[in-house]
Amino acid sequence: MKKTATGMALAALLATTMLGGAQAQEDTIKVGILHSLSGTMAISETTLKDAMLMLIEEQNKKGGLLGKQLEAVVVDPASDWPLFAEKARELIEVNDVDAVFGCWTSVSRKSVLPVFEELNSLLFYPVQYEGEESQRNVFYTGAAPNQQAIPAVDYLMNEEGVERWVLAGTDYVYPRTTNKILEAYLKAKGVAEEDIMINYTPFGHSDWQTIVSDIKNFGSAGKKTAVVSTINGDANVPFYKELANAGIKAEDIPVVAFSVGEEELAGLDTEPLVGHLAAWNYFQSADADINYDFIDTWHAFTGDEERVTNDPMEAHFIGFNMWVNAVEKAGTTDPDAVIDSIIGVTVPNLTGGYSAMMPNHHITKPVLIGEIQDDGQFETVWETSGLVPGDAWSDYLEGSKDLIADWRKPMSCGNFNVKTGKCGGSEG
Amino acid sequence: MPYLKSLLVVLCLLILPAGSAHAQEDTESLRPLINELAGGGFSETEQQLGVLAATGNPGVVPALEALADGDLYARKSDGVVFIGERDGRVYKLTDPLTLEPAGEERRRDMKKIKVNNGLRRVIRTALGTLTLMAPDPATRLAAADAMFKAQDPGSIEALDLALTQETEPRVRRKMEAARAAAVLKSDKPEAVKLGAIATLEALGNRDALSVLSGFLPEAQGAEVPATETAMARIDKTLAAWGAAENVWYGISLGSVLLLAAIGLAITFGVMGVINMAHGEMVMIGAYVTFVVQEIIRTSAPGLFNYSLFMALPLAFLTAGLVGIAIERGIIRFLYGRPLETLLATWGVSLILQQAVRSIFGPTNQEVGNPDWMSGAFELGQMTITYNRMWIVVFSLLVFAGLMLVLKKTPFGLYTRAVTQNRRMAASMGIRTPWIDALTFGLGSGIAGIAGVALSQIDNVSPNLGQGYIIDSFMVVVFGGVGNLWGTLVGAMTLGVVNKFLEPYAGAVLAKILVLIFIILFIQKRPRGLFALKGRAVDA
Repeated sequence: MKKTATGMALAALLATTMLGGAQAQEDTIKVGILHSLSGTMAISETTLKDAMLMLIEEQNKKGGLLGKQLEAVVVDPASDWPLFAEKARELIEVNDVDAVFGCWTSVSRKSVLPVFEELNSLLFYPVQYEGEESQRNVFYTGAAPNQQAIPAVDYLMNEEGVERWVLAGTDYVYPRTTNKILEAYLKAKGVAEEDIMINYTPFGHSDWQTIVSDIKNFGSAGKKTAVVSTINGDANVPFYKELANAGIKAEDIPVVAFSVGEEELAGLDTEPLVGHLAAWNYFQSADADINYDFIDTWHAFTGDEERVTNDPMEAHFIGFNMWVNAVEKAGTTDPDAVIDSIIGVTVPNLTGGYSAMMPNHHITKPVLIGEIQDDGQFETVWETSGLVPGDAWSDYLEGSKDLIADWRKPMSCGNFNVKTGKCGGSEG
Repeated sequence: MPYLKSLLVVLCLLILPAGSAHAQEDTESLRPLINELAGGGFSETEQQLGVLAATGNPGVVPALEALADGDLYARKSDGVVFIGERDGRVYKLTDPLTLEPAGEERRRDMKKIKVNNGLRRVIRTALGTLTLMAPDPATRLAAADAMFKAQDPGSIEALDLALTQETEPRVRRKMEAARAAAVLKSDKPEAVKLGAIATLEALGNRDALSVLSGFLPEAQGAEVPATETAMARIDKTLAAWGAAENVWYGISLGSVLLLAAIGLAITFGVMGVINMAHGEMVMIGAYVTFVVQEIIRTSAPGLFNYSLFMALPLAFLTAGLVGIAIERGIIRFLYGRPLETLLATWGVSLILQQAVRSIFGPTNQEVGNPDWMSGAFELGQMTITYNRMWIVVFSLLVFAGLMLVLKKTPFGLYTRAVTQNRRMAASMGIRTPWIDALTFGLGSGIAGIAGVALSQIDNVSPNLGQGYIIDSFMVVVFGGVGNLWGTLVGAMTLGVVNKFLEPYAGAVLAKILVLIFIILFIQKRPRGLFALKGRAVDA
């Protein structure tokens, strides 16, 4: 008896939600925003939530999408990885959203992947990551390692004449994979084993004295030395403070970082850090009219002239516009139709060029190397001459160099092995 | 680059004896050359720098300095170059030659003349050559330092000339080192190079080692063994200093642990309250520092160097009051129920974090270092940063102050009486609930002033406290619950052990090893290093 009652209640609930969903679908198109607004990652992700709200508002001003208004559905996964999966499910099943923009850390992305696969929805992931992945329902609008790490190392090698390398990172999957790729790449370029120093630190590491002193020692071997930093957000401020106080100047030992953007520098006096580098696909200082307009809109939206823009925001800008174009092209928000129509979609990026969605669900981007300025901004000192297509599977790692991803029919495979001719992942 | 270097030599030879003659020259003739800087890529800028330097005209110095600072801009419409200062959405322009104001332009109408590290090095060397004979010893020292790093054989003459007039011993030493470094790169005869090697060996620091190891592959004949012995000797001294450095780093880490834990030593150690919101008290202290600095920045920038002193009492009061509120509002209902206290204070910590996040935003806030806390000084071959040194001093002062309060004041007496035997203290007329509240407030207030110090080395973000809570408990448990001396010794021991393990095991493993060490230690001595004895233990 009790069972049937629960069952009926459930059915009723389902019916109402589905009805509600159908009702909503007629009026608006719903867009899910899955970024942590509390907990450790709130520091980075809150900005992206604001950026998405702004993009949706702007699109609505332009008349919405397919004649309907867009509606943002914001949830807070609270920097809790399993909660990301639950909230993703809630967005898709309960709120009936047509696309989700979200996640920051690789582990949060990995946690939602099965949900998006099972419920066949779309995720736009805006952060630079370690690669080695391509999933049918996910679009990677941040940089793959070949769009950030490799060009940065090339820059230091060619322009600065660096011969000795310190690879310093926080101890988790992104730095470890990136450093593995970089180590293989450096060795392929003829750098000797003893000229590479690899160092990992825990999350939120705050006492950098020993490591900074080690870096100084390592750098006094008479060869030009540089630090490649994959140190994660929170630990960067004490690291840079220690560098500055220890008097390590960028002219002597430059540090190039892959996780330090305008947002991270906001808590720092950058005067002693001028000249240290970062590699991204966008800097707020990009000299393009579309970027100045974007910054003006952002300041107007947040009501704060001091708010900075950063690379993951640009990734959302590109991803959102790609989705809008793909939906218009397909004439529907149906995920299968959008997955087919989005490949090849080209939209303007904020650095004055265009980015295209590729069959492996990564995008083409310019790679910029910037130096930190005394006002907390970056100055582009070098950029790739053309656009770099994102490579889902690194060419420098055993087991992944034979893999390609192509989601066009008839291949439709995220890990196709060109050697065995089978779609079957790195094990094959 | 070589082109530029030869020009620099010409330039310094020209400028040093006859600089004044050029000063009168019409600076207007430089304008087209300066406008030319807006040309193109870095190599063009570098070439143009050479041309500018070759004019030998001191009028170019402001433009060069502005370029090195990234303050030189070209107007997009006509390519005229100005020194620009950002002011909201516009740049305030200054003429690079006359240094007179030249109006303002919208940001998107100006193009910045870009510099990179390579160019900055070139400019540093160029300016170094120009300022080797400057009246200010600090400038001369910086110039000599620039020449040392440049290792340019072309600078030997200029250095020789400067050495004939230099009287300051500090600057002289640096100039001699710079000369020696340049000699090793030159084609001077072996005897001269051997002299240079000896000079560098006498210098005996890391920079000297770096120059020598760079020279080793090029060394010939007798230079090879001389360089090798010199390097071995420097290595030996550096190794000895390295051990001293490790001890210092350990003490420094220990002082941070002490600061974080000392408030907890009161609330947990003395009162027995498992306060998971302790870290948030530290965070509140750091945010008070931020607010104080913001107010000073907007209303009285001159007082910035004293901001920390003003923040200290305010942080103590704010965190202390929050602590009292927590004790009166929550904890007093939960005495004797450690599990519930733990959960309730954990909840409080989340509430406080989110409250701060809602008020100040989730991003890091910038807390500046006052001048006296920036930079470093050399002690032998050891680099000691001022902020770390002052934090060590500060933590010891806080410790001493707290000891004084607990041992020498009536309040301290009451506190000890209440913790040792609550019922008897109550029968003697002490209002134990108020002493509980005040003691908790004291512990929280101390955490607040720890926050002021930690804001100088760590992120000021809502998560600041989380990073310290585990470490704090570790220190207090290790040192012995209820004993402040135990906290001091515990913090220092953990700091030094951690720093001695770190170079061998890496930061991650070092932390794990320390944790295992504590677990084993607690098995052996469950009450920590300094266990309380007697009746107090059972109270």
